[in-house]
Amino acid sequence: MHDVMKLDVKENIHSENDHIAEHVKQHLSEDGILVVNVMGAPGVGKTTTLKNIFPHLKTKKPYVIEGDIESDIDTVDLRNMGFDTYQINTFGACHLDAPLIHDAIHHMDFDREGILFIENIGNLVCPAEFSIGEHVKMLISTVTEGSDKPYKYPLAFEKADLILINKCDLLPYVDFDEEFFVKGVRAQNEDVPIFKVSGRTGEGFADVAAWLEARDLG
Amino acid sequence: MHEYPITQQIIKIAENHAREAGAEKVKAVNLVVGDYSGFIGDSIQMYFDIISEGTLCEGADVRVKRVKPKLRCESCGTYFERKLFSFECPACGGEGRPTEIGKEFYIDSIEVEK
Repeated sequence: MHDVMKLDVKENIHSENDHIAEHVKQHLSEDGILVVNVMGAPGVGKTTTLKNIFPHLKTKKPYVIEGDIESDIDTVDLRNMGFDTYQINTFGACHLDAPLIHDAIHHMDFDREGILFIENIGNLVCPAEFSIGEHVKMLISTVTEGSDKPYKYPLAFEKADLILINKCDLLPYVDFDEEFFVKGVRAQNEDVPIFKVSGRTGEGFADVAAWLEARDLG
Repeated sequence: MHEYPITQQIIKIAENHAREAGAEKVKAVNLVVGDYSGFIGDSIQMYFDIISEGTLCEGADVRVKRVKPKLRCESCGTYFERKLFSFECPACGGEGRPTEIGKEFYIDSIEVEK
């Protein structure tokens, strides 16, 4: 007869991921690199947002890690525009995690101070749950998704350090209740900056770029 | 898919603790999972049964204690579960703010055979 005994564990299941994320963040901070985790549902304009931010960066060089389930369409596009871009394909996994980023940054050359934009998998759920070594979680929402998103996906909005409302050029054509949207955000995240932008017209991105360049590495 | 890598991590942590205690077999893994953690207990059990084959955790029960998320009212301090599309405190009508209750995701304990 075997003895059954209970062992106290009390260990966070994310602890290994979080440990690696902290290491990535520290390593890149020492190189003068701000890390931005770019999150949002498929089609909100994550890559378009990056293309709109880059021309407004005055002192910092942009670097990109593209996370996609499959394909390298965005990476080819960004490389053709002259931006240092590394592709991660997760082949089914719904989010990026810290070990994937740790591996990716060892394939990249950070030759001067800059901002590493990590475009997460298009998904409003899982990316919010995993730290990947970011200083800033930049969440992109759109007027076409509807104003109820902060109520339906609370964690993503609670954890965001910066929120963009994209596709604002379409405001006259859609029923987007901005007051209801902002109320839902503020209830969970009192001070988060919210920028209204349009990937089509370029409106608002100069302010986003300025905010990012002013952000310290602490 | 989402639960697969996380279940590998659960098995790894449980095995480490079992080995440290000199145990031969893990009989049960007790998890605490907040509803905002984004993980589903049944999915974890399904992956667990597959991934744990040949490990100390093979055949172990995964028991999940779920935790409902609670907000804390910034006016009166009451903790409450929010209604859909609202963050309003049921006691005073104030605004509820997020708390850590409901985001738990840890192994509380394991039961092992020596």
